[in-house]
Amino acid sequence: MFELIFFSLLNGIVTGLLLFMLASGLTLIFSMMGVLNFAHASFYMLGAYLAYTISTYVGFWPGLILAPVIVGLLGALVERYGLRHVHRWGHVAELIFTFGLAFLIEEVVQFIWGKETKAYHEPEILQFPLFTFFGQDFPAYKAFMIFISLAIFIALLLILTRTRIGLIIQAAISHPNMTAKLGHNVPLVFMGVFGVGCALAGLAGVIAGPALGTFPGMAVVLGSIVFVIVVVGGLGSLGGAFIASLIIGLMQTFAISLDYSVTDLLSLFNVTTDAESALRDLWTLSLPQVAPILPYLLLVLILIFRPTGLFGKRES
Amino acid sequence: MSEITNTHTGALPSSLMKRFGPWIFLAIGLIILPFIFSSNISVYTMNLMGIFIIFALSYNMLLGQGGMLSFGHAVYFGLGGFMSVHFMNYVEAEIVTLPVFVLPIFGGVIGLVFALIIGSFSTRRSGTVFAMISLGIGELIASCSLIFVAFFGGEEGVTGDRTMGPVVMGVDFAQDIEVYYLIAVWAFITIALMYLFSRTPMGRMANAVRDNDERSEFIGYSQRHVRLISFCASGFFAGIAGGLFAINFEIVTEENLNALTSGVVLLMAYIGGVGFFIGPIVGAVVFTLLQTLLSNYTEIWQLYVGVLFVLTVMYVPQGLTGILAMHGPAFKMRRLSGLFVPYLRMGIPTFAMLAGISGFLEIIHHVRSAAVGETSMSLLGIEFNSHDVMPWVIVLTLAAIGGLISRTQLPQMREAWEIANAPLDSNEGASS
Repeated sequence: MFELIFFSLLNGIVTGLLLFMLASGLTLIFSMMGVLNFAHASFYMLGAYLAYTISTYVGFWPGLILAPVIVGLLGALVERYGLRHVHRWGHVAELIFTFGLAFLIEEVVQFIWGKETKAYHEPEILQFPLFTFFGQDFPAYKAFMIFISLAIFIALLLILTRTRIGLIIQAAISHPNMTAKLGHNVPLVFMGVFGVGCALAGLAGVIAGPALGTFPGMAVVLGSIVFVIVVVGGLGSLGGAFIASLIIGLMQTFAISLDYSVTDLLSLFNVTTDAESALRDLWTLSLPQVAPILPYLLLVLILIFRPTGLFGKRES
Repeated sequence: MSEITNTHTGALPSSLMKRFGPWIFLAIGLIILPFIFSSNISVYTMNLMGIFIIFALSYNMLLGQGGMLSFGHAVYFGLGGFMSVHFMNYVEAEIVTLPVFVLPIFGGVIGLVFALIIGSFSTRRSGTVFAMISLGIGELIASCSLIFVAFFGGEEGVTGDRTMGPVVMGVDFAQDIEVYYLIAVWAFITIALMYLFSRTPMGRMANAVRDNDERSEFIGYSQRHVRLISFCASGFFAGIAGGLFAINFEIVTEENLNALTSGVVLLMAYIGGVGFFIGPIVGAVVFTLLQTLLSNYTEIWQLYVGVLFVLTVMYVPQGLTGILAMHGPAFKMRRLSGLFVPYLRMGIPTFAMLAGISGFLEIIHHVRSAAVGETSMSLLGIEFNSHDVMPWVIVLTLAAIGGLISRTQLPQMREAWEIANAPLDSNEGASS
């Protein structure tokens, strides 16, 4: 039991930190522009595919640097020539634009790389078990994922709170007009933050591609979960996004590893159920089965009872 | 309303014609369409069109008329489909005796019930919070549908047989054409109901809440109630569309209520134009045509649809109907003919450019995805070797020359547009 909890905890942290890399960019972009970028997970997918292509030529490590940079540049272009253009039609149009972009990027990825899963692997140098605990291996690559995510989180925090650029970004988020009047180029700041957010998503894709698989559906799989995190944590709150990422990551891994069903719960109270009734699916419902819907349940509950999210200050 | 009070006996026929003309036209159109397009594939396409028209119109009750952006509208469509297909099976098992053509009403009812439940908490706010709740609910129900196998049938879905119901007036729905008329009748009724809904005080309040929710609260309407009523009506009609889908295809799966279908309906409504009542109808027709016709010719049709969607959002947020409506003033001033030649001069090179670009994409796609060793491909019936240099040169020059020429034609078209839309001055007004 202890072994199960230990490994679930570690895996949950890996997933949570990975989700945070996506959520941090998304929540920064949201607090700046007020737009939830539906295409955010698509940039994550682009990162994985670009890194795969780069890795077939020059190996994993250059891809780790190059792919996020390319994705970041693409993101900046999207902001400059797409989102800024659509901005004049209002908020709903911006949301729909990012939604359409997500659809388009998935099609483009299928056009360029095809529909099948790509054989994108972790570098050989990281293909060894870091430690063995109760006879179960913990791969070094997962430790590497934790390390990269934590490094990014700390770097982001330091840049935002300790540097001049971070101060300007914070100012541009809360008082864009005043910041512009002080002589800062606010649209450029917006473009930069959008680009960096996309680059972070791309980086997440690069390191998640080998672990979770590189296939055209990878954006959809993670995309809506990232929204859940951003909303549950509180729109625009980085700290909230961090906590929510860990909660969702842990919740999903624990739900998968703990195999309990409603029948077990009912038998505690000496209630037996009819195996043939129309509600039979309800009685045999088990935790691993409901694991995929838990995040959405959490989202709906949070939105009903605390629309600002865990740490958010404003509603929409 | 003033139309009614002001009509005298002499003006009655023309005013009646103005009010009912489009509806009579629609009814006649629906009746004679299968005589013009009688092949199996076109009846299939028209059936799908009718279903999507109802679905897209119900979506526009939210987005266009109520200002609520939903990413989970397929939930009500899918649930309506599942409910109807279950009732179809009850009819077959003779648990209930019902003619098949009333089944969509059960789809509508379950859509209404779920819209009432979900709307009771999701319509408190519009904007991002509403959009997020709708997305969450959509994912929730889609995931649930794979868990609750008894109702949703798991990954295979639920199948039924529409011909097993009692035969009414010799119609047993074995033929697609019979289903077409069933869908046509339902489409006519629901289009009329949705149009009438948009003209009621309730429909007007939905517009008011969309435009400014605070002000509508000041004049005494609860924004939440107004949104909830729109939301329920929308869920009801989406459920009916789902029920018709179940009758037409005799199968409903998880795919009918997942995020993809929710995205498709948003796409249809937006491409058609959310600001107009007939916008979603245009969108549904265009999308279904693209889906059925384009997919015959190319494997990458979804890429084209995606590009079309993004371009629409960026450059013509009023949608296709908006483009048509832009020509209204020129039409009233009888200057539309002056635009014909400039459009032709602009259109032909643009068409050449698009043909070149899509030819380029098709050749790339063929080179990348065709089986090894297979080098011959056909575009528009022309066979050629995709590994030769010549086809590449041809499509690229077509694209480049078309692009360059269409650029040079831009000023003359703009000029013609301005002439056509210039306000009437007194001399011209007197002469025309």
